[in-house]
Formats: sequence, C-alpha cells, structure tokens
Amino acid sequence: MPTLTRWFVKTSLAYFVLALLVGILLSLNAVGGLFPVYLHLLVFGWLTQLIFGVVFWMFPKYSRDRPHASERLGWATYILLNLGLILRAFAEPLQTNHPAPVWGWLLAVSAVLQWLAGMAFVANTWGRVKER
Amino acid sequence: MPRQSVWFVRASLLYLALGFTFGGLMLANKGLPVMPWAWSLLPAHMEFLLLGWLVQLAMGVAYWILPRFSSATPRGDERLIWIALILFNLGIWLVAIVIFIGPGWLTVTGRAAEALGVASFTLGVWRRIKPSGA
Repeated sequence: MPTLTRWFVKTSLAYFVLALLVGILLSLNAVGGLFPVYLHLLVFGWLTQLIFGVVFWMFPKYSRDRPHASERLGWATYILLNLGLILRAFAEPLQTNHPAPVWGWLLAVSAVLQWLAGMAFVANTWGRVKER
Repeated sequence: MPRQSVWFVRASLLYLALGFTFGGLMLANKGLPVMPWAWSLLPAHMEFLLLGWLVQLAMGVAYWILPRFSSATPRGDERLIWIALILFNLGIWLVAIVIFIGPGWLTVTGRAAEALGVASFTLGVWRRIKPSGA
C-alpha cells in the first residue's frame, strides 16, 4: 500500500471517530451550528478521503514510470483537503454562533482549500480511468 | 477497467468537480456573504455529490471488480448496465435542474429515473455476487 494511501486511510478513520463524537455533541445540543460540520466530517473527512486513498492505490497505472500519476498532486490533495476541513470544523460553528470577520475569512479560505483538493484529485485521477 | 466502468467513473469525477464547486461557493458565501444566490445551489450540490459522485463511483467500481462468469459474457448482460448509466445520470440532472427552472414534478421524475437506473444495475450485477468458483 503506498505511503500516501496509508495516510489517507488512517486519517479517514480518525475523521470517522471524530465525526461520531461531534454527532454526540449534536444530539446533546451542546454547541450550535454543528450539523454541517458533522455531515462534512463524515462524507468528506471519512468517506471521500477513504475513496481518495484507495483510488490512488488501486486504479489502473497512469504509466509504467508514474503509476500513480503525480505523487506531488496526490500529497497536495491530502494537505489541502485536511487543512480545509480542520479550518472548517472550527470556523463554521464560530461564524454561526459568534459571527466576526476573522471567522468569515477563515471559512472562505477553508472553502477554497477544499475546492482545490477536489480539483487536484480529479486532475490526478482522470488519466488513470481507462480500459487498459 | 471495462468501458461501462470508465463511463461511470469519469462521470463521477465530473460530478465531484461540480459538487465541490457548488459547495465551495456556498461555504465561501457563508463566511463572506456576497453571493446570496449561492444557497439555491444546495439541492444540486447534494445530488451531485451523494448520488453523482459517491453512488456512481461505487457502481463503476462494483461493475469492474465483482466476480465474473466464465462465459462469453463475463459481466452478464451489458445492456442493463448501459440503461443504468443513462437513466441514473438523466435522473441526477432532472433533480439538479430544478434549481434553475423549478417545477416540482422534475424532482419526482428525476428520482424515478434514478430508481429505475439503480434497479437496472442491480439486475445486471445480482448474479455476480456469488461464491468463488461458482
């Protein structure tokens, strides 16, 4: 299993646990504005990140020299995705409960980071979707 | 990877790109409210990512990876899978387009197309869920 895949998969498992803990807080109404965080930790932090890791490992080779296409783009996907999600996990509830320009800007930055992660993954994976 | 899987997976990657773009616009607007119209993208964002990306990727990989038959048609009746691809994606767009043109019956029709697409896929792969050697 490539190193990047191990990082993706282990991180996704950590998000799975974290998301379910956030779910407990959500059900206790402990903190407002947690539902979007809960949802995105699950579908993006856990599910999509797990998929990213396994696809990076298992999809047809891009070429003999570069079986995983661009390793750099792969690592960029990992860093952008997780930075974006972690930022969101703090900034989104803070912006909901105590709106302020700093949380607003951090949320916008988080949005850009997550978007870049998605585009990086698509760009790096497209060439590996082939019949042979 | 069989041709149908290539189509499913490429489509799922396009939906990932679209869904992330819509989501990014909504989240950015939540932080800096300069695009109030962004919230109207929510139904399409959800449809593109939950069905277009996640479910469709799973379908594409399942069709590729599930055990094959040792016959002239190792992956069963391919027509069912093509029908699934067409109906499922038609359904996703019918549901998503409601954000632009509105009538509620589009959502119902879209969901029906998605359901028929998945039913066709299920029929197509059912018998491939089998023990080794069978």
